[in-house]
Amino acid sequence: MARMNMVQALNSAMDVMLERDPRVVILGEDVGFFGGVFRATEGLQRKYGEQRVLDTPIAEGGIIATAIGMGANGLKPVAEIQFADYIYPGFDQVVSELARLRYRSAGEFPAPVTIRTPCGGGIRGGQTHSQSPEALFAHVCGIKVVMPSNPYDAKGLLISAIEGEDPVLFFEPKRIYNGPFDGDPHKPAVPWSAHPQGEVPEGHFTVPLGQAQVVRPGSAVSVLTYGTMVHVAEAAVKLAGVDAEIVDVRTMAPLDVDTLCRSVCKTGRCIVVHEATRFGGYGAELVATVQEQCFWNLEAPILRVAGWDTPYPHAFEWEYFPGPRRIAAALKQVLEAT
Amino acid sequence: MTARSRLHVPSPPARPGQEPDFSYVQISPAGAVARPDVTAAARDIEDLSLQMVRVLDAEHRAVGPWHPHLDPEELQVGLRHMLLTRLFDDRMQRIQRQGRISFYIKSTGEEAVAVAQGMALRPTDMLFPSYRQQGLHVVRGRNLVELMCQCLSNTRDMCKGRQMPIMYHWLSGNIFTISGNLATQFPQAVGWAMAAAIKGEDRIAASWIGEGSSAEADFHHAMTFAAVYQAPVILNLVNNQWAISTFQGFAGGEHKTFAQRGPGYGIPGIRVDGNDFLAVYAVTQWAAQRARQSGGPTLIEHVTYRAAAHSTSDDPSRYRPKEEWRAWPLGDPITRLRDHLIALGEWSAERHERLEKELEAQVNACWKEAESYGTLAAGPNLDPLTMFEDVFKDMPANLQRQREELRALLQTAPAPAAEAPRAQQKR
Repeated sequence: MARMNMVQALNSAMDVMLERDPRVVILGEDVGFFGGVFRATEGLQRKYGEQRVLDTPIAEGGIIATAIGMGANGLKPVAEIQFADYIYPGFDQVVSELARLRYRSAGEFPAPVTIRTPCGGGIRGGQTHSQSPEALFAHVCGIKVVMPSNPYDAKGLLISAIEGEDPVLFFEPKRIYNGPFDGDPHKPAVPWSAHPQGEVPEGHFTVPLGQAQVVRPGSAVSVLTYGTMVHVAEAAVKLAGVDAEIVDVRTMAPLDVDTLCRSVCKTGRCIVVHEATRFGGYGAELVATVQEQCFWNLEAPILRVAGWDTPYPHAFEWEYFPGPRRIAAALKQVLEAT
Repeated sequence: MTARSRLHVPSPPARPGQEPDFSYVQISPAGAVARPDVTAAARDIEDLSLQMVRVLDAEHRAVGPWHPHLDPEELQVGLRHMLLTRLFDDRMQRIQRQGRISFYIKSTGEEAVAVAQGMALRPTDMLFPSYRQQGLHVVRGRNLVELMCQCLSNTRDMCKGRQMPIMYHWLSGNIFTISGNLATQFPQAVGWAMAAAIKGEDRIAASWIGEGSSAEADFHHAMTFAAVYQAPVILNLVNNQWAISTFQGFAGGEHKTFAQRGPGYGIPGIRVDGNDFLAVYAVTQWAAQRARQSGGPTLIEHVTYRAAAHSTSDDPSRYRPKEEWRAWPLGDPITRLRDHLIALGEWSAERHERLEKELEAQVNACWKEAESYGTLAAGPNLDPLTMFEDVFKDMPANLQRQREELRALLQTAPAPAAEAPRAQQKR
C-alpha cells in the first residue's frame, strides 16, 4: 500500500495498465513530455515511449475520433480531455459514434475507449473550467459514466474502465485531486495522505463499475451523491447533526439501483446532491428511480440540492456551489416532513 | 524508410537544458517579397504563403514594396500602444502572483500582432480575438481600469463576475466576448462578416487563433465558409511556436507553413514576420482593402514567439529552454520599432525611457483606481444574486425561485468571505 492523492492514483492506474497490457495507449493535449496540465500522466511517456503516450494536436473531436479508430484496430486507448468543459467538440464522436459502434455493427466493431476528463468547480475556473456534464453523457446509451470520490476508487475504477470492453466516460472531480474537500474554501486544505482512502495498493486491483458504495451508514435519511459532493455531504450531515446514510453512486451508468434503493427503503427519506445544474441533471434520474422502487417506503418528498440553473460564475462560485448549508437545510426539510 | 510503419511523433528542436534552435524558421530577407495588387487572384499569389513578408531590415530601415509609409507620429503611437500593453501585462502578472486576481495571460513578445493590426483596421470593424490580443483594447482606447476591473471581478466588472480574468468584451469598441474554449470565435467572425455583406455594410471582421488551436475543427469551418461566400474577413493565425507544452509541430507546422492552408481553400495565405510592426500593418492593410472590395477573405500567419508562460498556471521551464526567447531570430517587436524610429531620427533612448516611466505611472494610477472598486478577495463584490440575470433575457420561474432561495440563505448567515484566489492550471 502507498499514500496517493487522486492524481497519483490515476497515474498509477495508467502505469499498471501500460505495463500489463501492450494494447493500452494514452493520448491527449500536453499528456506526453509535459505529463499533463494536472500531472496525471507524469513520467509515463519517459517510461513507455512516444508510441504509447502521445501528445496530440488541440482538437478534442480529433482525439476522440482517433481513439475510436485505435480502439477499432485492437488497441485500448485512454484519451484525456484536458477539461470536461472542452469535450463538446468531441460530442458528436461520443454520442453518434463511440456509444453506438458495437450496436450498429452488430457487435463486430466495438471500440473500448476510456475518456478521462477533469470536471467540477471550486478552483476559480469560471464557466469554462468548472462544468460537470455527466448528465449529458449518462443520457447516451452505450457508454458507461464514472465519477470517483477518492484515490482508492479512482485507481480501481480506472483500471476496470480500461480493462472493460465498453467505452467509458471517466469524470475526475479536480477539486479533490489533492485532498477531500468539505465545501468550506476558507479551511486549510486537507491532503489525501490524512484520509483512509488515500491508502492505495501500488499494483493491480479493481473496483467494479456499476457498484455504488455506502460511505456512511445511517438510518434517518439517505443522501445519494458522487464525486466532490460525497465529502461535502459528509460535512453537511455533521453540520445538521442527523443520522444520515451517504451513498456514493460512483457509476452514473450503469446505475447500481439495488444499493441506492436498499438504503432509501430503509431510511424512508432521501435527498440527492450534485454540483451540476439542477434542471435535467443526473439527480432527476436518481429521484425517478428511487420513486419507482421505494414509493411505498417514502415518508417525505425527495429533494435535490444542486448547482443553480446558471453557468458557473467566476466570482460567485461559493454562492453557486451547493455547499454544506444548503445540503443541511434540505436534510432538515425532509426530516421535518410528516 | 523502414520495413513497417511507425508513428512520427513531432519533437521540438530543443528541450530544457539544451541550446535553443530556430533553424527550422524560414526567414525571407526584408523587402524581398513582392506585394501583389489587392485584386490578384488567390491562385496567382500562393507564394506569399511560403515566404515571409518583412519590412524592417537589420539596419532598422524600412524597405521593400510592403513598406506602409506611416507618419513618424503614427509609428510613435504604435510604439506607445505596444509598450503600454507590455507594461499592463507585467503589472497584472505581478498582481496575480500576489494572489489578488485568480489568473492572467500575457501577450509578451506578440504585441505587434494586436497593435499593428488594430491600427490598420477601422474602429468600426468587428474584432473576434483569442485571449492573447489585449493590445486590440489598448489600440481602441479602452481605459485600462475597465480591463483591470474585469480581472478583479469587482463592482465594475463588465462581465459581472461571470468570467475568469482576461475574458473581456466591449460592445461599443466592436470587440467580441472572449471564450475560454479555443477556436470558437474563428467561424463566428466569418458569420459576422457574412452578415455585414448581407446587410450591405462597409465593415469587415477580423479574428485571431493560435497555431495550436488551428487543429480544432472550427478552423476548417471558418476557412470553408469564408471561401465559399468570399466573406469580408481577415483570419489571423498567430504562430507563437508554443501551445502550452506542445510546439507548433503538433499543429502540423512541420510539413507546411500555416499560411499554406489558405491556398488549399482558395484563400490567399500570407506569412508575415509577426514581430515586425510595419510588415504586420502592411499585410493587414492589404487584406482589409481586399475584403472591402469584395475580394474575400485572407489568412495571415503571424510568425512570432510566446515569450511568456502560456498563463499564470503554466511553467514553461519544464518543457522548453529558459533562454529560448533571447534566441528568437525575429527579435522583440517593441525594440525593433523603437530602433527604427531612432534610425529615422524620430525617437531617442531618453524619450523611450520617459515614455516607459509615463506609461508605468499610468498603469499604476489605473490599478489604484481599479482596486478602489473592489477586489475579489477583499470586496466590495457584486451582489451574488446577479448571477441569475442574463441566463435568459427574461428570468424564468425556476431561476426566480432559485434566486429567492439564495437570497434567504444569504440573509440567514454572513456572506461567505472570499478566499484567496487559487492558482490552478487553466488553459
